[in-house]
Amino acid sequence: MAEVLTATVVAAPARRPRIAWRFGLLALVVVVAAIGVLTWDVPGTPGSRGFWIAVDLRIVSVATIALVACCQAVATVLFHTATANRILTPSIMGFDALYVVMQTALVFFFGSAALSATDGLAKVIVQSVLMVGFATLLYGWLFAGRRGNLHVMLLVGVVLGVGFGSLSTVMQRLLTPSDFDILSARLFGNLSNSDAEYLPWGALVVAAVLAVVWRRRHRLDVIALGRETALNLGVAYRREVVGILVLVAVLISVSTTMVGPMTFFGFLVATLAYQLAGSSQHRVVLPFAALLGAATLLGGYFVLRHVFYAAGMLSIIIEFVGGLFFLIFLLRKGSL
Amino acid sequence: MISLSDITMTYGDQTVLGPVSLDIPAGGVTALVGPNGAGKSTLLTIVGRLTAPTSGRARVGGHDVATTPGRTLARVVSILRQENHFVTRLTVRELVGFGRFPHSQGRLTAADHAKIDEAIAFLDLTALAGRYLDQLSGGQRQRAYVAMVLAQDTDCILLDEPLNNLDMKHAVAMMGQLRRAADELGKTIVIVVHDINFAAAYADRIVALADGRVVRVGPPAELMTPEILERVFGTPVEVRRDGPYPLAVYYR
Repeated sequence: MAEVLTATVVAAPARRPRIAWRFGLLALVVVVAAIGVLTWDVPGTPGSRGFWIAVDLRIVSVATIALVACCQAVATVLFHTATANRILTPSIMGFDALYVVMQTALVFFFGSAALSATDGLAKVIVQSVLMVGFATLLYGWLFAGRRGNLHVMLLVGVVLGVGFGSLSTVMQRLLTPSDFDILSARLFGNLSNSDAEYLPWGALVVAAVLAVVWRRRHRLDVIALGRETALNLGVAYRREVVGILVLVAVLISVSTTMVGPMTFFGFLVATLAYQLAGSSQHRVVLPFAALLGAATLLGGYFVLRHVFYAAGMLSIIIEFVGGLFFLIFLLRKGSL
Repeated sequence: MISLSDITMTYGDQTVLGPVSLDIPAGGVTALVGPNGAGKSTLLTIVGRLTAPTSGRARVGGHDVATTPGRTLARVVSILRQENHFVTRLTVRELVGFGRFPHSQGRLTAADHAKIDEAIAFLDLTALAGRYLDQLSGGQRQRAYVAMVLAQDTDCILLDEPLNNLDMKHAVAMMGQLRRAADELGKTIVIVVHDINFAAAYADRIVALADGRVVRVGPPAELMTPEILERVFGTPVEVRRDGPYPLAVYYR
């Protein structure tokens, strides 16, 4: 018995300090990048009234970026857990496509003026409710039944996503060039788009979701082991998975309505988090993913804005890098 | 311990199992044997609540499998399927630790750690406790899964072909360990085995299934006759009784 104890006690702490170091380093990157974005190149002398006004404006950007990063990272990890598959991203379920089709339909039917005329909290809420409602219906219908099957559900999600995409393309073809121009500016994720008005509401919703997720962190570890093992360990698998997917839908809808669709960012961050966290426990992976997301987005925003003067390009670059990374991951893994 | 009444399983209009009514008493090792497609694994997964039967009732330790909350049931009966593949990368110790989930909901106490150590030691995995599952051989991995189920510390343990992928030596060791779990820890163990001779050598009772129905239930000595085995497996079988346990010879 004594041998047993020493053998196991030695193994654990050897890894832990390294993980703590990584975590600390990431947190440092986040803080430095946030301070950088807030104070770099601010007009006016530090401490003056003009300085504080500029910083106040930038706080909105920083908070939005942190929130979106957190949403995307946590949502993707949760999605991986629920589907027991690490190469999927929530966008496979057609969330982004739904957002695109809603925006396109608005311009198609009411003209591009409607896009800015309807902007406001009400529209954000309606959009989010539609996206979450769509997800809940889809999951509830396809998965909660007696013959519910995860793969069928994913397949239907993919098909619907493609369907929404085609529908958007058809409508976009019929738009006038100027309407199309205004619309496509909206459809690329743009972190400078953010509006202070939605921020507190988004933050509130995300905080509530994260609290629920954190309470379930141990159960998530079990769900990641798959249906049979989870059932054996006494977890109500089907109910939990539907619950997780609805939470994912909420996070993605908040993120999408704030800055537009992002396809590969979550995948990039989640995959790196699994490597860095050195453990598959959600209590380690989730904070890592959220921090990594914030570090990537804030760092990238700072560099692009103040070094290359191209802040609007960030999400495009991240999607490019993320997509590339996704392909490399797929090719190295050699299978789905 | 396990009591099944009129269990049936149908897919469309095809009945793959039943009606089966069967009582398995507490304690000892019970082996489910039968040809491919006889319904052994289906029966086991119904008892282990992984599959819902089309009709009939399954009770384990007095709990109705269909209506008892999963959390309660997870402390009464545990089941291990033959195919286990996890997306997450786990060490042996982490895997075995999951067996304590029904008791501690993920927050492991000192008592949980003691149980985990015990289960690891019981299956001779102490030296491998810190290794990742993907660094183990098939036999070692199989033992790690069984250790997880042992750590779950349920009275009833269901194993679907625990000898799958094991060579001669490891198959014998695995059966010996299951025998010990039944004898020393007082567990009720139900296994699906392909090799009738392993059942004859280690089990206290054999349940023979064919075409979705129970053909015969009894101790190995009683069940191991050419007539019964030929009826169950549909192939000529000779039974030798010159050793310590009856041996079916059917290879040619």
